Amino acid sequence: MSNKFHHSVYLQEELCRGCINCIKRCPTKAIRVQNGKAHIIKEFCIDCGECIRHCPHHAKLARRDHLDKLSGYEYTVALPAPSLYCQFNNLTDVNIVLTALLRIGFDDVFEVSAAAELVSEESRRYVNNHPERWPIISTACPTVERLIRVRFPNLIEHLLPLLPPVEVAARLARQRAVERTGLPPEKIGIFFLSPCPSKVAFMKSPLGIDKSGLDGVMAIKDIYQILLSHMKEAEQDTQNLSISGKIGVGWGMAGGEAAGMILDSYLAADGIENVIQVLEDLEDEKFTSNLQFIELNACHAGCVGGVLNVENPFLAKAKLKQLNRYMPVSLQHRSDYPAFDRNLLYFTEEITYEPVYNLGNNLAESMENLKTVEALMKKFPGLDCGSCGAPTCRALAEDIVRGFAKEDDCIYLLRDYYHRLQKSQLLKEEENET
Amino acid sequence: MSSSLRFEYQVSGEDFTLAGEASSDIKNKLKQMGVDPTAVRKVAIAMYEGEINMVIHGGGGEISVEILPDRIIMELVDHGPGIADIDLAMQEGYSTAPDQIRSLGFGAGMGLPNMKKYSDEMNIFSAVGEGTRVHMVVNF
Ligand SMILES: Nc1ncnc2c1ncn2[C@@H]1O[C@H](COP(=O)(O)OP(=O)(O)OP(=O)(O)O)[C@@H](O)[C@H]1O
Ligand code: SF4
Ligand code: SF4
Ligand SMILES: [Mg+2]
Repeated sequence: MSNKFHHSVYLQEELCRGCINCIKRCPTKAIRVQNGKAHIIKEFCIDCGECIRHCPHHAKLARRDHLDKLSGYEYTVALPAPSLYCQFNNLTDVNIVLTALLRIGFDDVFEVSAAAELVSEESRRYVNNHPERWPIISTACPTVERLIRVRFPNLIEHLLPLLPPVEVAARLARQRAVERTGLPPEKIGIFFLSPCPSKVAFMKSPLGIDKSGLDGVMAIKDIYQILLSHMKEAEQDTQNLSISGKIGVGWGMAGGEAAGMILDSYLAADGIENVIQVLEDLEDEKFTSNLQFIELNACHAGCVGGVLNVENPFLAKAKLKQLNRYMPVSLQHRSDYPAFDRNLLYFTEEITYEPVYNLGNNLAESMENLKTVEALMKKFPGLDCGSCGAPTCRALAEDIVRGFAKEDDCIYLLRDYYHRLQKSQLLKEEENET
Repeated sequence: MSSSLRFEYQVSGEDFTLAGEASSDIKNKLKQMGVDPTAVRKVAIAMYEGEINMVIHGGGGEISVEILPDRIIMELVDHGPGIADIDLAMQEGYSTAPDQIRSLGFGAGMGLPNMKKYSDEMNIFSAVGEGTRVHMVVNF
């Protein structure tokens, strides 16, 4: 069980003030303040990064790799996410960024957007060939995949069984590096430059595949400064390294993946609360129109909205659009594009439902526990105040039946208890006096 | 052990945007109980359709739900105009939904047929001018 729930997001205890800002923002109710510290329940967390975004004390952080990791390999390749390109002002050519990546220490670059174009093409084919599974749901955002795995068992069969572009890029990059250098594959280090923590979690416990092709994941915001300091020189001596176009780079923003598939009917939703709404409605068959495809991004505006970026998501999106305008549609037929077998784009492992929210080990036990939860709900004030450390009264009731909390964690019940005690104490005193 | 759980919901006949709250609440409870996902889906779809009908056609009412270890029983009661010809209403494609409701994507005349399809037992009792009661059971 443990490796299925590997996470990037964690709490830096010393910084946490127990202010409960984060518990209210977590879309899966995964955080509890206990003994003044906001701990994450690992089975519930989907590494969306919302708690990082909203903690006023920067106590929630994302585990990730740093540039020092490059020294462990003989040859290293950077895989820039499309959202990297829109972190800079007035960028006219993505080759400047790619050249700067070589200057900061990577031996080669392989754009995730290039792999995205392959995934776009294969997705289109898959969607058209499988009308019985419509609407097919995108699997590019690991947070969305993880959410579906724990909360929407009936939607698992709608998941697009294709690797996310970053994994395809990792495989192609390693293949090309082996061809270019003659080195054994394990001497080559493949590093993703990521906009979000969910890709770090995916690398550690991937879905749909047995093992990730990545050796590390770095944050865009960590390499931003050093990259920026090499951009000027890179501009003087730009190498022609880009092998992707509009379609691939468009994946960086909400709607880009779906648009690149050129389908008749699709929906694209971004922002985790909107994603949840779409999934709920989809599960209840509330959609009346016949959709072929659903693109879902946990972050607002898409990957440009990831918490490990630098730029404001909406500005970033605008920049990406501008940059995109001058790009060719696609460059995947360029000669330095490695040959590949399209079967390698498909999942090799099944995604199975993880019923982490179950209240008991079997139906009878869960039912009894649900009864207790309902009874507790009648006692609690229903204010969802968060003072108990749980995000809602219901979450506290559920924690109690799971054995993680007690009734008098509720300050209102504690107060009533105290009053009762005080009264009986007074009564006793009165009795003594008479 | 004859354990059971009961839930009651008020369904407003005025507020469209609230329709579906009862069915989604039940759906989440069944999921937490570890009920087979296929059965959860059947309940969610059947109950949602019934709830919507209560809002659109029935002017609101009450829903009571009883969850047993092996099945769920749903009673949807409204005090609206009632259904004159139940067999006709049950036909796929039959609908009296007005245009403004159709423009919201409802009124395909598929609600009752889907409720029949997704429940294991369904009965409708209705009297014109008095209201409608829909009884549905889904086995786990
Ligand atoms: N609770 C109700 N009270 C009064 N009439 C009803 C009720 N439920 C259904 N009907 C009648 O039966 C018809 C068919 O219902 P059904 O749910 O199958 O289709 P619909 O609601 O018109 O469209 P859809 O459910 O596809 O959006 C309705 O148009 C309405 O005339
Ligand atoms: S927001 Fe959460 S992690 Fe940050 S200080 Fe408050 S309780 Fe701690
Ligand atoms: S990363 Fe997201 S799911 Fe995980 S604890 Fe933070 S807010 Fe909750
Ligand atoms: Mg209907």
